[in-house]
Amino acid sequence: MASLEVTGLTKSFGPTHVLHGIDLAVEDGEMIVIVGASGCGKSTLLRIVAGLETATSGSIRIAGREVTALEPAERDIAMVFQNYALYPHMTVEQNMAYGLKIRGLPKAEIARRVAEAAGLLGIEALLTRRPRQLSGGQRQRVAMGRAIVREPKLFLFDEPLSNLDAKLRVQMRAEIRRLQRRLGVTSLFVTHDQTEAMTLGDRLVVMHAGHAAQIATPMEIWARPADTYVAGFIGSPAMNFLSGTLVEGGHAVALKAGPVLRFADGPRAGGAGRPLTIGIRPEHMDLAEGGIPMPLDLVEPLGSETVLHGKLPSGEALVVKLAGPAPDAPSLPVAFPAAALHVFDGETGKRLDP
Amino acid sequence: MKRAWPHLWLLLGVLIFATPIYITLIGSTHDASTIGRGDVPLLPGSHAVENYTAAWVSGGSGRFAVSPASRMLLNSTIMALCIAVGKIAISLLSAYAVVFFRFPGRMIAFWTIFMTLMLPVEVRIIPTYQVIVSMDLFNSMAGLTIPLIASATATLLFRQFFLTIPDEYVEAAKMDGAGPMRFFRDILLPLSVTNIAALFVILFIYGWNQYLWPLLVVNDRSLETIVVGMAKMIGTGDAQNEWNVIMAMAVLSLLPPVAVVLLMQRWFLKGLTETEK
Repeated sequence: MASLEVTGLTKSFGPTHVLHGIDLAVEDGEMIVIVGASGCGKSTLLRIVAGLETATSGSIRIAGREVTALEPAERDIAMVFQNYALYPHMTVEQNMAYGLKIRGLPKAEIARRVAEAAGLLGIEALLTRRPRQLSGGQRQRVAMGRAIVREPKLFLFDEPLSNLDAKLRVQMRAEIRRLQRRLGVTSLFVTHDQTEAMTLGDRLVVMHAGHAAQIATPMEIWARPADTYVAGFIGSPAMNFLSGTLVEGGHAVALKAGPVLRFADGPRAGGAGRPLTIGIRPEHMDLAEGGIPMPLDLVEPLGSETVLHGKLPSGEALVVKLAGPAPDAPSLPVAFPAAALHVFDGETGKRLDP
Repeated sequence: MKRAWPHLWLLLGVLIFATPIYITLIGSTHDASTIGRGDVPLLPGSHAVENYTAAWVSGGSGRFAVSPASRMLLNSTIMALCIAVGKIAISLLSAYAVVFFRFPGRMIAFWTIFMTLMLPVEVRIIPTYQVIVSMDLFNSMAGLTIPLIASATATLLFRQFFLTIPDEYVEAAKMDGAGPMRFFRDILLPLSVTNIAALFVILFIYGWNQYLWPLLVVNDRSLETIVVGMAKMIGTGDAQNEWNVIMAMAVLSLLPPVAVVLLMQRWFLKGLTETEK
């Protein structure tokens, strides 16, 4: 049984449609990361699941129970906010205990749960402090603690790492993942950071303009992106896109940039001349004798690797990532390994498989 | 030398503010005839005890006698407290409603409150008087305080403060299962403490200084407030004013507001200057 089931969820603010029918089933104990650029509707989706916004249509079930019309507090969920939202006038302990107190749990039980969560997060020494006396990372832990003590069916994270500095973010990311695994609580995590998404999620939901563009495991999304948006969003530097047309009975593409590339994995449907978009990741590009000459306009040495920016004769920009240093030359010949090509429809941007 | 000028200016300011109070203080220690002659003594006299006793116990003698200061101070204190507490309570609740709830007519409610700012007590004094009289509240503490309690200023101040409270607190409270009253009591009120203290000081003094309305709505001696009482003691005709007692009364009338300011000073300053929530 799915632990969270979202069916046909839509949301409009007046005439503006923010979500266009989201379907999502989250398994028990799974960590799902919702990732997308700002304005794609990812936060709205999370807030609807939390009950802070109402859905225009569609339904939400948590652990098999219909919660669409319920108040946030009745949904058996806990949320970690972007700015943590710790009550400034309460101590850490009171912050963590507040929800339980309202629920009318016995004092001893509250104390037990708070002590347990504090131990888990290593914040026992902070229990009597107030939020303003804490550092960003400590506040983050307290916010997590407040969620944990509730022992909810579902954790919701609303970009909780975006206010931390880079180093702490990496550290907290690993910590959240370990904790979530250990507690085995189903989680929904919203972020705009693809690295966060790739490292945290069992599966990702890539949101684009109110649609779930793709829902799959991080590696699946990286290896087989469903459309050009997902392909360009996940991966750094972003995937290169080149336009071309289908030739040779669907077995190859004639790039606008010149060469005709044969598909390694079989023919694509469609008549000759069908417009295509070919995607290839910068790290899959090769330098090879006899390739297309690419004049370089920027070389970024990163130590273990080098990123080259250039323009093809067709005017299309291309990024190549090489392991190790690049040869010192104003122009380098580049080749496209057939196995690394991603084929997308030139008009809709959808992935085309053999 | 550079630092002398600011000090000189400050000293001048202190002199301007303190001199009248000093003269009053000194005047309250002389007998009636010294001041009656037109002298402005600058050194304390020897009649302090009898003047203050007269003010405290009898409220002067002769034509312009009023209630004793003890009575009037009590009346003024009750009135100022009722006004300050009443205004704060009503403003907190109305600002809470206007900021945190979506209900039909919310903006109309807000603008109605806002517009009363343009109608201070003095402007609406005759209709207000009519209402109070027909409600049978003439000559009562309720009649004295209720019309002064309805207040847009405090509502506006609280509204501005509530608007700075991040939505995330509201949402976190919803997650915690706190209902509206619970959120108000457990989260909003503690966050507003410094603002409440600052407003309390301002409103207490506002209430204390009320003159026109108490003058109109109360003619029962036992409800007389000290500001009105003092004014009544100053006659306009040829009769000799008991300046010594009046000045003793003035000094006494200063004490409660000063006490409130001193007591609330710490929070008051915090409320005016603190930005971190």
